[in-house]
Amino acid sequence: MEPSGRTKWVASILVVGYALITIIPLLWIIATGFKSPSDAIAYPPKVVFDPTLEGYVNLFTERTRATEETLAQVSEGATWYEAIVHDQGMVIAGPSRYGERFMNSVIIGFGSTALCMILGTAAAYAFSRFRVPLKDDLLFFILSTRMMPPIAVAIPIFLMFRSLGLNDTHLGMILLYTAVNLSLSVWLLKGFIDEIPIEYEEAALIDGYTRFQAFYKVVLPQAATGIASTAIFCLIFAWNEYAFAVLLTSGTAQTAPPFIPTIIGVSGKDWPAVAAGATVFLVPVMVFTILLRKHLLRGITFGAVRK
Amino acid sequence: MAQIRIENVRKEFGAFTAVESSSFTIEDGEFFMLLGPSGCGKTTTLRMMAGLELPTSGEIYIDGEEVGQKPASQRDIAFVFQMFALYPHMNVGKNISYPLISQGMSRAEARKKVVEVARILGIENILNRPVGGLSGGDRQRVALGRAIVREPKAFFMDEPLGALDAEFREHMSEELRALHDRMGSTTVYVTHDQLEAMQMGDKIVVMDQGVVEQFGVPQQIYDWPATKFVAQFIGSPPMNFLEFHGMVGNGMDKVTLDGTELEVPKLLEGTQGELTFGIRPEHIRLDSTAPYKGRIVATEYLGTTQIVSLDTPNGPVKARIESHERARVGELTGLKFDARTVTLFDAASGRALLSEANQGVLQHG
Repeated sequence: MEPSGRTKWVASILVVGYALITIIPLLWIIATGFKSPSDAIAYPPKVVFDPTLEGYVNLFTERTRATEETLAQVSEGATWYEAIVHDQGMVIAGPSRYGERFMNSVIIGFGSTALCMILGTAAAYAFSRFRVPLKDDLLFFILSTRMMPPIAVAIPIFLMFRSLGLNDTHLGMILLYTAVNLSLSVWLLKGFIDEIPIEYEEAALIDGYTRFQAFYKVVLPQAATGIASTAIFCLIFAWNEYAFAVLLTSGTAQTAPPFIPTIIGVSGKDWPAVAAGATVFLVPVMVFTILLRKHLLRGITFGAVRK
Repeated sequence: MAQIRIENVRKEFGAFTAVESSSFTIEDGEFFMLLGPSGCGKTTTLRMMAGLELPTSGEIYIDGEEVGQKPASQRDIAFVFQMFALYPHMNVGKNISYPLISQGMSRAEARKKVVEVARILGIENILNRPVGGLSGGDRQRVALGRAIVREPKAFFMDEPLGALDAEFREHMSEELRALHDRMGSTTVYVTHDQLEAMQMGDKIVVMDQGVVEQFGVPQQIYDWPATKFVAQFIGSPPMNFLEFHGMVGNGMDKVTLDGTELEVPKLLEGTQGELTFGIRPEHIRLDSTAPYKGRIVATEYLGTTQIVSLDTPNGPVKARIESHERARVGELTGLKFDARTVTLFDAASGRALLSEANQGVLQHG
């Protein structure tokens, strides 16, 4: 039954209201990134403020306090971001670690997502199409790896990583996140592959293609929607993961989540820099999701097989 | 173009036997029907011929070559699926050219072949369309196009009309048969529709529960069923069965039903116990002077003919008579059976008893 006009109206208000409530913290973080430190802690909170890039400049730089004379010397010919630092009575000592940590997040997040998709698609295809001995038990076993919070096994993993020399390495973190995400990806992808009629592959086999060619020429394009949405879930987990990152990384392979809170201690409570760090951190996942969105929404198998 | 020979082919899925040791031969250029109810093993048999399932035991010969354990891609055959299975991420032209590309044919040459095939099927104007929006009939034609473009040794079709609307099926079945006649290729066609099988097939194999019940040309199978299952599965309404207890012997040409002696074709073997007197509805005439009596319980008007349901001492019977003949419900009347068309069955095994009338069919089929 088509809902009445009034029902729709009430529903819309509820949805918009809820959306606003959930998006406020996000808007708050984004706004704080553009505030000056004093505006950031002002009470009552400032909704209208003079935007500044101070937070972003502080995020990407290491600074030291300088004397009046030094400042006077360097102020000539200073770039816009140097000027912002000089206004705080400081000079730029060098780039901050944020860039490296951010790149670590990109390498580990996308690396583990890619590995997870390759292994997950292969496993899901096998479970979906072949007579695997003990199939149901294996699938349950795979699912059971998610029946406790991953952090419950943090200590054994820490010890294992130490003896394998995987502590604080990109490879270690990629393997860890892949292991955690694999159960989700196998189950989700198996569902998507089950939906693809087996006749497509059989048609390809009859048309003279090998099983593997049938898989990547016929099944993969059909599974694109499922692979894209599963990849988004995997990336979001790996990207946001905090606990393992704190425990297992400290330098070379440290990701952004454990790094962002440390910004606060560099020179007093620099909330705008923290907020700027969080905002920049949001961008890759958003871009990735937006890029894959058309795959999420497009029903590419529509109408080719009659059920 | 090829002869296909199935020898003692058997297929088990775990503890379940889908096809019991089956043998038959499909001659070059035949339009061959695999007929049976769902779950009878006909699709499994077809899939084994195509290489989509491997037989548990037995041999399959295509064009003289044993291919039983070869993968589908090496058998040079084409398969039309009930669900068409057109590749949804390709347009019509690409779908048809796909098997050619796998053979390493150049794009230009493939394009030429596709256009040629499209002309035969009357789908030249939709070659650049995505397959998603096509009507059922056009999808069927594209699926056929993909099958014929490669000029394979044989075509295998798994209920290709099953997904089409009723009104369209008739048209497509004619089109299919015409296409077959034009190409002259061996075609194996699976269906559960006995009318479709009789209409289109040069030869029919009837299967039930994994067993080949009978094999032959449609008219022979219709007239001289080898088993009660075939007699009942083919024909609408099916063959009438009058159950009786008695004894028959080699050379006898009469049986006694409810005290009335009825003529049958001269028997070539004997048996005793529960027997079945089988007669097709159109071979019964209503004649009040006939000694074997039955009471009319219903009539069904079908235009040129009518179906009259009767109760007889040996069970219910349906007779097909001309619609202008008078048949009143409740009336007691006599039934006259055309003796030349009767088949006697052993009720326990369901097997037809050999007679002078059916020996030619049953001993060579």
